[in-house]
Amino acid sequence: MRRNLILGTGLSAMFAGAALLSFFWVPFDIGALDIANKIKPPSGAHWLGTDHFGRDILSMIMVGGRTSIAVALVAVGIGMGLGVPLGLAAAVQRGGWLDEGIMRANDLIFAFPSLLIAIMITAVFGASAVNAIIAIGIFNIPVFARLTRGAALGLWTRDFVLAARVAGKGAVRISCEHILPNLVNLLIVQGTIQFSLGILAEAGLSYVGLGAQPPVPSWGRMLADSQTMISFAPHMALSPGLAILLTVLGLNLMGDGLRDLLDPRLQRGQR
Amino acid sequence: MLRYVLQRLVSLCLSLLVASAVIFLALEIVPGDPAAYMLGLNAQEDTLAALRDELGLNGTALQRYGSWLSGMLHGDFGISYTYRTPVAEMIGDRLWVSLPLALFALGLSCLIAFPAALWAASRRGTLGELGVMGMTQLGIAIPNFWFAMLMVLIFAVNLRWFPAGGFAGWEEGLFAGLKSLTLPAVALALPQASILTRVMRSALLDTLGEDFIRTARAKGLTRGQALRRHALRNAMIPVLTIIGLQFSFLLAGAIIIENVFFLPGLGRLVFQAISARDLIVVESVVMLLVFAVILVNFTVDLAYAWVDPRLRGRR
Repeated sequence: MRRNLILGTGLSAMFAGAALLSFFWVPFDIGALDIANKIKPPSGAHWLGTDHFGRDILSMIMVGGRTSIAVALVAVGIGMGLGVPLGLAAAVQRGGWLDEGIMRANDLIFAFPSLLIAIMITAVFGASAVNAIIAIGIFNIPVFARLTRGAALGLWTRDFVLAARVAGKGAVRISCEHILPNLVNLLIVQGTIQFSLGILAEAGLSYVGLGAQPPVPSWGRMLADSQTMISFAPHMALSPGLAILLTVLGLNLMGDGLRDLLDPRLQRGQR
Repeated sequence: MLRYVLQRLVSLCLSLLVASAVIFLALEIVPGDPAAYMLGLNAQEDTLAALRDELGLNGTALQRYGSWLSGMLHGDFGISYTYRTPVAEMIGDRLWVSLPLALFALGLSCLIAFPAALWAASRRGTLGELGVMGMTQLGIAIPNFWFAMLMVLIFAVNLRWFPAGGFAGWEEGLFAGLKSLTLPAVALALPQASILTRVMRSALLDTLGEDFIRTARAKGLTRGQALRRHALRNAMIPVLTIIGLQFSFLLAGAIIIENVFFLPGLGRLVFQAISARDLIVVESVVMLLVFAVILVNFTVDLAYAWVDPRLRGRR
């Protein structure tokens, strides 16, 4: 459905745009504390109100978006960068030791509770945005490896691959020139989904204090700060939560829309 | 079937062995000495050595791995570095919160998802279906700890129907215990119910295209009747997989929700143990949770083979 794609892209673009804009301009400086104006509800000057240090919440959300988006984006990059070559290699050697090894290692990673391990990694190696990226990225690797392997196995039986083999191309060249281009659509769709999951995971890690550290703002951290004040300052909790919800919703809708658009078999609205 | 079960059993044991080695190695490289952490900066060298000896921290890594593994097989998970109580006892206490919470959330998730999926599948292309699917999109996108905070604001702070946090304890009675687990269970169940609804609706719609449904309709059953009597059972395989996965996720994934509600569950235990460098507790709880995931997957595999004999030949 095109409606999903338009709505999803619109929502995602709005938050990505606000995060990008924050590099050049924010309504208020988030480093400047204004205790006289702390915990003020939304007003003409501060559209989303101020927090317990008197900082403008809209500006915090704009800057915090950078952290969430950067962490999730790099984590998807790690997953794709390592998972796709592994999946391609496993498909080439179908049933061989490499395939077995890669797939069993994937099963093993899937058996570990992801959030728990992410928390363990960040707690052990220190809470920071970089460690959050690694913790989230590790769990993206098996997702992409398995997806790539599954789809590549199907492609290896096709006539155009046979033709390439007859023409004397090696496995690596066939994987890069013929298999990979046919997987791009699939990878884009999965990438969008993992991106949205990454934003949720980053928010969760920052919420428990294991993501980006103050003074770098992040949506999860803002929610954690607002928790004890929620009874008298609910606006502090509403805006960052809505920012996460709408960004993730936008990315999911965009993923659905892209899948429908890029996979012609689904276009007649089978599902 | 017996051969298949044996094959799966060997694979289960191998997975557990590898998982235990990975967990042990991961925590081996953790910076910091638990003995130094417990005794503080001014500890004497001989006191440190004595404590290391007492905690079983001396000896090679292989020896320590061996004694940890054989201890676990005998139900002895070691002694917590910080609390000085047996880890097995601590895990047992926390399981009384985490297990009921996971089951409660899973029950709620099924209770929401089954009727919602059946309703959406039987009203294909209507506004009602669009509404259900829209709600599931929201349910998947909402950060559950934020949803939990909003529920605390509404149902605990304003309406005062439920406690805002903490666990009353089962000795206060079943009702008091369930009351303190209700908001956390709802927060955990919402995203799970949304995923389950989507999977189940999709499986139902797939089954609805089958010949036996056409036959049932030709015999005079309405779409809803055919759906409930014939499609539902056949759509259960993917639904059972998801339920299996969700259970293990709920057991381990409640860590953040347990933090929101200050619940003394397994997740919070690991979280506190990590901060206090209580590695023996971290190792044991993570191993237990991984064991639960692998065991659930094993059971689901066996259930498949039992339901669908064609799967026994494949891996």
